[in-house]
Amino acid sequence: MTAAVTHGVPVGGHESGPASKRVIVAYGFWIFLLSDIVMFSAIFATYAVLSRATAGGPSGTDLFSQGTVAIETSCLLASSFLCGMMSMAVSRGDYRGTYIGGASTFLLGAAFLALEIREFAGMVAQGATPERSAFLSAFFTLVGCHGAHVAVGLAWLIVMMALVRSKGFRPNIRRRLACFSLFWHALDIIWVALFTIVYLMGMHK
Amino acid sequence: MLGKLSWSAIPIDEPIDMIASIVMILAVAGILAWVTVKGHWRYLWTEWFTSVDHKRVGIMYCILALVMLLRGFVDALMMRSQQALAAGGAQGYLPPEHYDQIFSAHGTIMIFFMAMPFMIGLMNFVLPLQLGVRDVAFPTLNSVSLWLNASGVLLTNISLVVGEFARTGWLAYPPLSEIEFSPGVGVDYYLWALQISGAGTLLTGINFVTTILKMRAPGMSYMRMPVFCWTALASNLLIVAAFPVLTATFAMLLLDRYIGFHFFSTDAGGNAMMYINLIWVWGHPEVYILVLPAFGVFSEVISTFSGKPLFGYRSMVAATLAICILSFVVWLHHFFTMGAGADVNGFFGVMTMIIAVPTGVKIFNWLFTLYGGRVRFSVPMLWTLGFMVTFLIGGMTGVLLAVPPADFQLHNSVFLVAHFHNVVIGAVLFGALAGYTYWFPKAFGFRLHEGWGRAAFWCWLIGFYVAFMPLYYLGLEGMTRRMQHYQDATWQPWLLVAGLGSLIILAGIGCLAIQLYVSIKNRESLRQGADDPWDGRTLEWSTPSPPPAWNFSVLPEVEGEDAYWRMKRTAREQREGIVPAPDYQPIEMPLNSPTGFITAFFAVITGFSLIWHIWWLVWLGLLGAFATILAFAWRDEEEMEIPVAELISFDRRHREGAR
Repeated sequence: MTAAVTHGVPVGGHESGPASKRVIVAYGFWIFLLSDIVMFSAIFATYAVLSRATAGGPSGTDLFSQGTVAIETSCLLASSFLCGMMSMAVSRGDYRGTYIGGASTFLLGAAFLALEIREFAGMVAQGATPERSAFLSAFFTLVGCHGAHVAVGLAWLIVMMALVRSKGFRPNIRRRLACFSLFWHALDIIWVALFTIVYLMGMHK
Repeated sequence: MLGKLSWSAIPIDEPIDMIASIVMILAVAGILAWVTVKGHWRYLWTEWFTSVDHKRVGIMYCILALVMLLRGFVDALMMRSQQALAAGGAQGYLPPEHYDQIFSAHGTIMIFFMAMPFMIGLMNFVLPLQLGVRDVAFPTLNSVSLWLNASGVLLTNISLVVGEFARTGWLAYPPLSEIEFSPGVGVDYYLWALQISGAGTLLTGINFVTTILKMRAPGMSYMRMPVFCWTALASNLLIVAAFPVLTATFAMLLLDRYIGFHFFSTDAGGNAMMYINLIWVWGHPEVYILVLPAFGVFSEVISTFSGKPLFGYRSMVAATLAICILSFVVWLHHFFTMGAGADVNGFFGVMTMIIAVPTGVKIFNWLFTLYGGRVRFSVPMLWTLGFMVTFLIGGMTGVLLAVPPADFQLHNSVFLVAHFHNVVIGAVLFGALAGYTYWFPKAFGFRLHEGWGRAAFWCWLIGFYVAFMPLYYLGLEGMTRRMQHYQDATWQPWLLVAGLGSLIILAGIGCLAIQLYVSIKNRESLRQGADDPWDGRTLEWSTPSPPPAWNFSVLPEVEGEDAYWRMKRTAREQREGIVPAPDYQPIEMPLNSPTGFITAFFAVITGFSLIWHIWWLVWLGLLGAFATILAFAWRDEEEMEIPVAELISFDRRHREGAR
């Protein structure tokens, strides 16, 4: 590391004028992700306040199944790994690798979502609906908000694959693919917090 | 088919509502007819509505803010006149359910649709020019932000004609705002209008943070940025950190209202106080989101009109960032009476007093900048001096309210109303008007009329004191806020005085309107020296007025603080033209795009149908917005090139025009 970098001034960075488009787009998207994480943190805080407000209804120990959550988690983490493989294919300019990486990322993400929907449906069938108690309202909102993000990510992935197919690896499409992979990894980070706070701590009582 | 919407949504039986609706509809129809008759649609569409030029987006934000200032001020006049009348046996002319909508709409409009767009508009116009670059980081996204904001404005104003607005106050506290106690569409209008415009504001925050941190002219290091850029950076960091909380909070209230969740309900474990906490975790930083850019304007104005560099630039930057951080640890002072306990109240009381310290640093910096300067008392400077006195008083009553035992007496009284108007009008509004006067010549190429500007300032300043000083006294006498009617007739004289104050402010608004009219009419005589009318110090004054779409034909090289001042001084010393023969390069500029306008169109449809439970239309609106984004993603041309020849001929024409 050079001296300039250790002093917080990137070499050849701002002093020489506006940054490149690639840097600007990725930087802006990072800021967006931070704002998204702030939104999640508000919902996490709400969940923490309401996690014991079961109003005589079922609590986490009654509802959560460790097995399902373990499979969900591995789907999501594996999907993130494959998303990384896709990014490498993109930087090589390898169409086949990109499609295979994209498709497998999509399949594992969809599997995660299907498992989550099944979990929700099972809870609703037991009468554990969000209307039942403040705890369940918070649970469905927090986990559902993450799920909605995954669903949006899946739709985005389809759009990106179609864009690659019709327009090829144009610079703006490469930039968007980079943003997508940032988004997909950020969802993992949120899931790790969610898994810990909702499921691990919720089952441990 | 149409959900909850029926003819009964039109308030035919309420004459005041009806008259207001008809006036508004006539005004809008009149403007549309005028544009059609004059044949301006094509010009408006190609040059403005689809523009992604930060300067035009900024100007449109400011126009939106000025129009909403009128709307919000009419609400204020109605409240002042109602309270001037409704003493003892008299009931005034506004029934309670209407009065409640008016104070809710006044607060919502003034904060979200007047103060926010005004500040964002100024930042939009000024930031890239001051940073010495050609646009913001994401120009099309910028246009999306503007139009989403306008969507929120539109929904709020539709509520005047179709249905009703919230009767809950401007922050819609539950349980009152829950479906059980507010079954009408008023709260839904409030929530969806703010969700949509809030999304726009968040995108603006992301855009500007990226712009300031990643796009600056060569040589413009952090410590060479004008102070306005610093305060804008702090303000936008706060937007990025605070607005997502607002989105989450409103989403929870919407879930409660629409599908029976129990976040803030009175049963099944819901906790209404959590809403109050969450909303103020956004709400207090929001105060600083508004006031920090105003501080930036004042810093620019004081330094320019004193002919001196800003005193204590570094301490100004440090104070700005200190406020940025501290603003997140004071939110509980909005509800000391919640009963969180002496320790918690004590902590937040102390933090609130501490945040006055960096603010005091700023005041002293401004004073020392004035000291020994060659001060010119032009209109922007008048607003600034009026601010310093008014804000100081407002700040001191704020510190008084920060003492929890005192707050228990003053909570929710009109003392509080007087306090926050004292800071918001004194700082944010005066700052907006100072910035408006200061940068108007840059935006349009001619100055605003000086005399009418002075008249507007004095009316506003005097009107403010006459309108709000009585409220301090009445607050101490025990008058609570949001009263449609009161028994104690001894309050009436004070409220009559306050009403008189609001009329003086009305005269101030009239002066602003006349000023604009007179200035446009006499624009030729006000053009003299509009490139740099105030002997400016920062880079925006080095461009022509109005600046070309590309701002700078050649990006400026920055060698220190007050970059343009240095350039002028160097040029004087070397006795030659300011610009050496420039090394022109072709410039890539983003193409205009209707994406923002069309997305916002679908956002209005989605919001309106969500409010009225017209579910099929909700899906249609969402589908439309998605299709718009796809069309944007698939476009092939993103930029156009401005050839060197055009740059040279523009610069030559400008030099000849200036001669």
